[in-house]
Amino acid sequence: MADLLTTTNLSKSFGSLLVIDSFHMHLIEGEALGIIGPNGAGKSTLFNLITGSLHPNSGSIVFDGADITRMPAHDRCRAGIGRSYQIPHPFVGMTVFENLLVGAAFGSGRGESESYDFCAQILKLSGLLEKSNVLAGSLTLLERKRLELARALATRPKVLLLDEIAGGLTEHEVKELIATINSIHAEGTSIIWIEHIVHALLSVVSRLIVINFGQKLDDGNPKIVIKSPEVQKVYMGISVE
Amino acid sequence: MINSSRYWVQRSTATSRLGAVLGIMLLAVLISVPYWGGRAEMRLLVEVFYILALAQLWNLLAGYGGLVSVGQQAFLGFGGYMLFVFSIHVGVGAVWTIPLAGILGALISLPVAFLVFRLRGHYFAIGTWVVAEVFMLIFAQIIALGGGSGASLPVSVVRSIASSRSVREATIYWVALAVVVAVIVVIYLLLRSRHGLALTAIRDSEEASRSLGVDNFRAKLMVYIFAAFGTAAIGALIFLTKLRISPAAAFDINWTTTVIFIVVIGGIGTIEGPIIGTIIYFLLREPLADYGSWYLILLGSTAVLIMLKAPQGIWGLISERFELRFFPVQRQLRWTVNDD
Repeated sequence: MADLLTTTNLSKSFGSLLVIDSFHMHLIEGEALGIIGPNGAGKSTLFNLITGSLHPNSGSIVFDGADITRMPAHDRCRAGIGRSYQIPHPFVGMTVFENLLVGAAFGSGRGESESYDFCAQILKLSGLLEKSNVLAGSLTLLERKRLELARALATRPKVLLLDEIAGGLTEHEVKELIATINSIHAEGTSIIWIEHIVHALLSVVSRLIVINFGQKLDDGNPKIVIKSPEVQKVYMGISVE
Repeated sequence: MINSSRYWVQRSTATSRLGAVLGIMLLAVLISVPYWGGRAEMRLLVEVFYILALAQLWNLLAGYGGLVSVGQQAFLGFGGYMLFVFSIHVGVGAVWTIPLAGILGALISLPVAFLVFRLRGHYFAIGTWVVAEVFMLIFAQIIALGGGSGASLPVSVVRSIASSRSVREATIYWVALAVVVAVIVVIYLLLRSRHGLALTAIRDSEEASRSLGVDNFRAKLMVYIFAAFGTAAIGALIFLTKLRISPAAAFDINWTTTVIFIVVIGGIGTIEGPIIGTIIYFLLREPLADYGSWYLILLGSTAVLIMLKAPQGIWGLISERFELRFFPVQRQLRWTVNDD
């Protein structure tokens, strides 16, 4: 299997603060990759660099065989990078269905009316069909998180970047979310998932990267990685399971 | 796979169908005004039409595109001057200078956008105002257009519209009505289209729209050029009714502040909002215009009160309470009830 995404020597600083430090990573096509690390380790910044919300100070990003380091965010979405935000950013004045249509009509490369059925199917998959015609501003937190995911799926991504999508949900809600993400992965979409709820992460991903101070601390089999002394030290002895 | 016939999208609502019928009836009445209305009423309505058209354009710009411009008077004044340039010096028929001013306004908006689009947020607002002041200073230098003191439209140009005064006034009335109807129809169709999805998304979250594949810059530029086109065309129309132009009158910031007042009190980010706002503005203005400063104080207090108590404007309050929508830009997903 070929690499779908690679970052080489990626660095980003805000003023004198180095947030991502010479970061190397790769994602194999079809893989589900997890990322953990303490708060402020640079996880979300890494996502912002990959999606084009931020531009790196140095280094390069290659996606699907093309260098996308200088590509604007909307073109990266069209190329197949979908994302969900840690803090949901719904289009509050649009209906749930229309939220998805934006992604389908602009991010997927297909027309608006050709996407109606596709969006309806995603709404069904993510349990939002009954809320289709409700304004997104009136959704609960769980529904907003689902909308983040559904909207990213509407762009027909090759890789889906999930940023703490399970945060703030109840145990039961997390289980439902895992089932949804597993079915998306089973259909062939690659996944990179940042998550603090490690057990949720471990039921989906086949590889785990640990970040601390913008650097890669560990990368490998999730079960081995979380038991490594370095990871235990970063989490200050708190059991990550 | 789900059969394609099970899902479909509905656009119209009961209120929108009622609204369409009422709208066509209102339009028929407005078209007939010159046959029975008085001169004063027609003058007032022409002003209502062009202010409403300006408000719709500013709402598209700020309410959807997030481009809070306080310098639209740059294009309005430019369009007004184009009426004088082309009707006096080139010999174009006065009414035909209106679309011509629009096209030239759209062209001049390109270099302006190149400058002001580098600015964000408050800086954008101030930048657009500075551009408008620069336009004023430039036009004040042109001696052929009367310099700082301005110029009047020659009688021959005025007569070329129509020789009799009543036909002339009816013509200008119908042109103004056509302009406002065209502006509303084009904005409505734009918002119903795929571009409307993008603009509404940008209105709600620029960050998210970008990450879903929307080219925010392109969408904003498109809106900016369209607003410049419309505003310049309306500028030519306004000074055709006033017959006299000066840099101070043409590039007056009050053109834009009036329109901002209307959009904010009516409800920003909706087509209905500017219509409600325009009605309220003229209802307040007509009886109070004789009270001078008190009228302005009342207008200002109204704006502050509404911003505090109903940030979504009067239409926001009404549409929330009664779920009303006269311009159905929304897409409602429908499906057959018997599920698998």
